[in-house]
Amino acid sequence: MSNNETSDIQAFRNQAARLHRRLSHWRLLEGIFWLALAASWFLLPSRHMLINEIAVLGLFALSLDLILGYAGIISLGHAAFFGFGAYAAGIITKYGVTDPLAGLVIAVALTAVLGFATSFLVLRGSDLTRLMVTLGVNLILYEIANQVTWLTGGADGLEGMNLGPLLGFDFDIYGAVAQAYSSVVLFVLFLIARRVVHSPFGWSLRAIRDNPLRAAAIGVPVNRRLIAVYTLSAAYAAAAGALLAQTTQFASLDVLAFHRSADVLLMLTIGGTGYLYGGLIGALAFDVMHDILSDITPQYWEFWIGLLLVTMVLVGRERLGRLPVLLAERLLGRKPGHAAE
Amino acid sequence: MLTNLFDGVAYGMLLFVLACGLAVTLGLMNLVNLAHGAFAMAGGYLTVVMVNHLGLPFFAGLPLAFIATAIIGVVMERLFYIHIYAKNPLDQVLFSIGLIFMADATVEYFAGSSQQFINLPDFLKDRFEVLGVSVGYYRLLIIIVCGVTAIALQTILTRTRFGSRLRAAVDDRRVARGLGINVNLVFMLTFAVGSGLAGLGGALGAEILGLDPTFPLKYMIYFLIVVTVGGTSSITGPFLASLLLGIADVAGKYYIPQFGAFIIYTVMLVVLIWRPHGLFGRATTK
Amino acid sequence: MTVALETSSLVKTFGGLTATNDVSIRLEQGDRHALIGPNGAGKTTLINLLTGVLRPTSGRITLEGRDITGMKPDRRVRLGLVRTFQINQLFGAMTPFETIGMAVAERQGRGHEFWRGVGHEAQIIDDIVEILDRFRLTDVMGERTASLPYGKQRLLEIAAAIACRPRVLLLDEPAAGVPEGEREDILDAVAALPAEVTVLLIEHDMDLVFRFARRISVLVNGTLLTEGSAAEVARDPRVRAVYLGESYQGDKAHQGGGHG
Repeated sequence: MSNNETSDIQAFRNQAARLHRRLSHWRLLEGIFWLALAASWFLLPSRHMLINEIAVLGLFALSLDLILGYAGIISLGHAAFFGFGAYAAGIITKYGVTDPLAGLVIAVALTAVLGFATSFLVLRGSDLTRLMVTLGVNLILYEIANQVTWLTGGADGLEGMNLGPLLGFDFDIYGAVAQAYSSVVLFVLFLIARRVVHSPFGWSLRAIRDNPLRAAAIGVPVNRRLIAVYTLSAAYAAAAGALLAQTTQFASLDVLAFHRSADVLLMLTIGGTGYLYGGLIGALAFDVMHDILSDITPQYWEFWIGLLLVTMVLVGRERLGRLPVLLAERLLGRKPGHAAE
Repeated sequence: MLTNLFDGVAYGMLLFVLACGLAVTLGLMNLVNLAHGAFAMAGGYLTVVMVNHLGLPFFAGLPLAFIATAIIGVVMERLFYIHIYAKNPLDQVLFSIGLIFMADATVEYFAGSSQQFINLPDFLKDRFEVLGVSVGYYRLLIIIVCGVTAIALQTILTRTRFGSRLRAAVDDRRVARGLGINVNLVFMLTFAVGSGLAGLGGALGAEILGLDPTFPLKYMIYFLIVVTVGGTSSITGPFLASLLLGIADVAGKYYIPQFGAFIIYTVMLVVLIWRPHGLFGRATTK
Repeated sequence: MTVALETSSLVKTFGGLTATNDVSIRLEQGDRHALIGPNGAGKTTLINLLTGVLRPTSGRITLEGRDITGMKPDRRVRLGLVRTFQINQLFGAMTPFETIGMAVAERQGRGHEFWRGVGHEAQIIDDIVEILDRFRLTDVMGERTASLPYGKQRLLEIAAAIACRPRVLLLDEPAAGVPEGEREDILDAVAALPAEVTVLLIEHDMDLVFRFARRISVLVNGTLLTEGSAAEVARDPRVRAVYLGESYQGDKAHQGGGHG
């Protein structure tokens, strides 16, 4: 090889390496986002519980983004894992496990098993089948929770949760500890998710989403990867549910309700999928909207949410989202997807 | 036991009338319309207004419910649904969920959240004995009306020109257009009839299924199960699936009350795992 | 000579239609073999059977002596049987760098790694760049595949297959749909394949076939009509009648002996 050619190749290698590192580099806007979250703890002391809820919902939406935005699995029943995690975290406090972190880990582990077991249902069939199956699992779990009143409290909800202090700090009524707890857990899990999506595993997920036939033709064991990401997603959703139960010291059938699954889809619709921040932004927008609308029309805010959904679909999520696109490019250097494209 | 069977058949046929519109629009237009139940709810509430408040006889209310809901269907189709035919399933799901939310809130605003009852003619509330089986007049009415409807649908589908156009359009839309079939008109009429039937089902079902703002969400899963298990390429598929489901549900709730609801969901999951395209369906060219 | 890929009486029926009718082919290592036949002859069906996308109704497929008839597609790829698609099957939202990177990672058995990106390792970057360079894709390596011109996409299609380091490569009409000016790149890439790789080429473009193939099989209505050296097949009147056509007969008759 002549000197020219070697240096050309070398230049390409450098370019490639830079390209790859650029994708996983932290960006300024990302830093601002997390700093703002941390700052809100100091600057908005009256809103601890609200921000706590946003963090929880954001984590829930993030979990759905993992399967929807990155692997292309449409789920209409992700609340199954959210609710299972919530109930698990709540119930084990009544059986002696009062440490929040231990409860979190156990709830996540149990739900991961559930996720693994149900993952086989979403491997086959069309998008419609997946919608049905995930919805079916969600509804079954709801019914079970409804029936097993000795364990879950049924329609009355889970009473008598006995939660101990978190690392020495008791959960206060203002929610300061709660918000800190949720925010840190969200951040840690986000970091993990970030590493995962930039790995070869993450690449293969996107390939499966874009073209499962070709992914298999390149040697990707499609089913195994889908099972893995579905289980991971269930674990993340469970973490969110557990956080909710622990920080509100309560769990009711509402955590398994269909509207939870619908709401989280709405959040990802607002925020965009496939770049990890969509769920967080969507949760923020959703909760703020909910807050504002509930003050105006406490009973009928559902109508406005429905109207928002209808409008967003009619207008077209692509045309709506200049802002998410810009954000996505700034935040992760990549255009966001619009789920199931 | 035979009473249970009879009740199960009635329930199943009611489900069929409610769900067949969904099956046809799904098979024909690839439209995932989860809000189908909202049309049923509309039919039910309209009948309440007509019979309870306007004093119309019940038997006049039924066909009027069909017509009124069909008109609503046409309006919705031309204004909104026509824009989402081409969108992917997730968008359609989100759209229809949005519609359900809006419909629920609207109905609650105007009529409150309590269950509505239609004033039935007295004789329908009676039961009579035949061969040791206790038969309710109301359920008998349901079986008759729904049975006639099913037969009519099957006849239209297989023996009329509209029916053959519809089947052609379901099989392959582009080819059908190429043959000169006005596919858009077929879509519109089919959607109208499907919605009308849902409305009729809602009116008939108010007594048995319970009519309140949560109706669309509560029964959404049932319609979806009928469509999934029965497939979308025929009338007989959903018909048999509905019967199966109706009998299973009634029997399940009677013999093992704690698990009554599970039977349905478990049946659905098992069928979907075994045959992703439904028991009677076949994959069509899309 | 070792047998790279072999089928025994392969049959595939769809209801009443027999798409593949008792096909037995045998490729030895290093072969340059072409499969030709009129449209609808079942060539792509055969490829789908070989790669595991379709299950055969009956018959066996062996890869380097190993029975792969029941194996899933991704397993066959890891054993070295790779294909390209007639219509580009790529990952629209990913860049060529990511596409090739993924193929390289899977080939190295690292596709399941979820904790680190592979971009930190010079070895992998080198592999990726080497392939991109070979297929002249380095200038577009960071752009979304969906935004690339068709010719570049086609090159990426083949590059992705090569990145899997195939032992047996099935090329399904590699030059299909590629504009005149960019064909040479494709043809060069095909010609530059290593000698120990066994190649089965499906093509309509007779230039490419006669330039590239040493042996040709002719498939008509799912059945193997004949098989032989390029020269033999070019001379065979049955083949001409069915496929090559009368006008072509005149040209090739003059060139007689043969290519490849």
